[in-house]
Amino acid sequence: MAGIDHAPPPFFKQGPAPLALLTFYIAVSLAIFVVDLRFKSLDLLRQSIALVVDPVQRVAQTPGSLVDYAATYLQGMHSLQQENNELKHAQLATAPNLQRLAQLESENERLRKLLAVKEREKAAGQVTQILYTARDPFSRKIIVDKGQQAGIVAGQPAIDETGVVGQVTRVFPFSAEITLITDKDQVIPVQIVRSGQRSVVFGLGNGQLELRYMPANADIQVGDVLVTSGLDGIYLPGFPVARVVNIERDSAYSFARIFCVPIAGVENFGEVMVLDPRQPLPPAPPETSGRPGSSDKAGLRGKKKKTMSKAN
Amino acid sequence: MQSTFTSSRILQPVQPWFIFFSLIGAVALNFIPTAHWPGVPDWVAMVLCFWCIREFRRVGMGWAFVLGLLMDVADGAVLGQHCFAYVLLAYTASSLSRRILWFPLVQQALQVLPLLLATQLLQALMRLAVGADFPGWGYFVGPVVATLLWIPATFILLLPQYRPVEQDPNRPI
Repeated sequence: MAGIDHAPPPFFKQGPAPLALLTFYIAVSLAIFVVDLRFKSLDLLRQSIALVVDPVQRVAQTPGSLVDYAATYLQGMHSLQQENNELKHAQLATAPNLQRLAQLESENERLRKLLAVKEREKAAGQVTQILYTARDPFSRKIIVDKGQQAGIVAGQPAIDETGVVGQVTRVFPFSAEITLITDKDQVIPVQIVRSGQRSVVFGLGNGQLELRYMPANADIQVGDVLVTSGLDGIYLPGFPVARVVNIERDSAYSFARIFCVPIAGVENFGEVMVLDPRQPLPPAPPETSGRPGSSDKAGLRGKKKKTMSKAN
Repeated sequence: MQSTFTSSRILQPVQPWFIFFSLIGAVALNFIPTAHWPGVPDWVAMVLCFWCIREFRRVGMGWAFVLGLLMDVADGAVLGQHCFAYVLLAYTASSLSRRILWFPLVQQALQVLPLLLATQLLQALMRLAVGADFPGWGYFVGPVVATLLWIPATFILLLPQYRPVEQDPNRPI
């Protein structure tokens, strides 16, 4: 049935029994599944395989990107001119703020020096092109075209022109993987602009975010903007993250359910900026300071740190 | 009396390089950014299943494991997810191969459907068990499409084996 084989089938040399092989391969698969998920220690294996897979994957993207290119090429002069005019207009609209920004920053720096407050960190980074969306349907990730060669490390935040997009989670030699803020259980520490209240926002996995652990009577309204609070070693303060769209206050629960949508074009974009890692935060004060009530505070800090490490 | 099916036609022996390139081609097809369209089948699972049924002496769990590892890295999935599902697929397909090849192509496709569905389901269960979000029912449409494509895929993948034994340039067809 299988064809005319010229050599007789090797009746006596068939290797290990199929069931033994199956047991072996399944044991190995499950072992690397658990090790990759829990201990994150297989990055070297992943990077070396990616070195082979990555070029093929880029070539496979070319038909799609060629179609995109052709579409934009044929878009026509008129729409480009229109877009150009709009951009000029927008630039003029933001000009007054921008022109004074340099002066304000230097003034801020001087005032902070006078007050002996630590200087605000400046945001810098590198622009990266998005190569493709990761195929994995269980998570929300994108791949960008700069990696270890460009000095990118895991943990760096990524923004677009309107707000935070995500965070670099894996780095390969020539590319990096960014987990979007809408990925399930992706965490960002935020601050509500209107009230100054700090909290933590979680990705839900369906394109929305949820502000958890806010009391049911918290001062929050639909339309409130959340910005990064900077209370971690990762995100600089002040980047817009999300806008509140729906609040469910149920007195049966002690927490309100607050849903937000991301401000940045998280699911559609061409370029993102990967910000340089922050300067390390000053070490936390020792926990045994002997003051009454300090143990409570230390506990809170420990909790926060746990959330941060999850965000990594 | 048993009627004659295409599966019992005597074919040329398969070329190992053709198996290799068809599997690599399936990997490349998977890399084309169509994964977010509903109903695009997992080409690697389909071609692997085909060769495991047809040539279980040449393609087996070793190939399944390596291809699974490649797909895990390319997807950005957890390592071991595709490996596990593909190895089980290869084992089941090759142990059922003597039975499946008895049937005409339409019935073969019906028997392949549960194998491919189980491959997707296993991956979904593995990821859901460790806290990923549900990808939607569109994820399970792929195997159904792969089943519908089983007949054209069989034709294409067996094409090199339909060659005549003696190449005769003056042959009418």
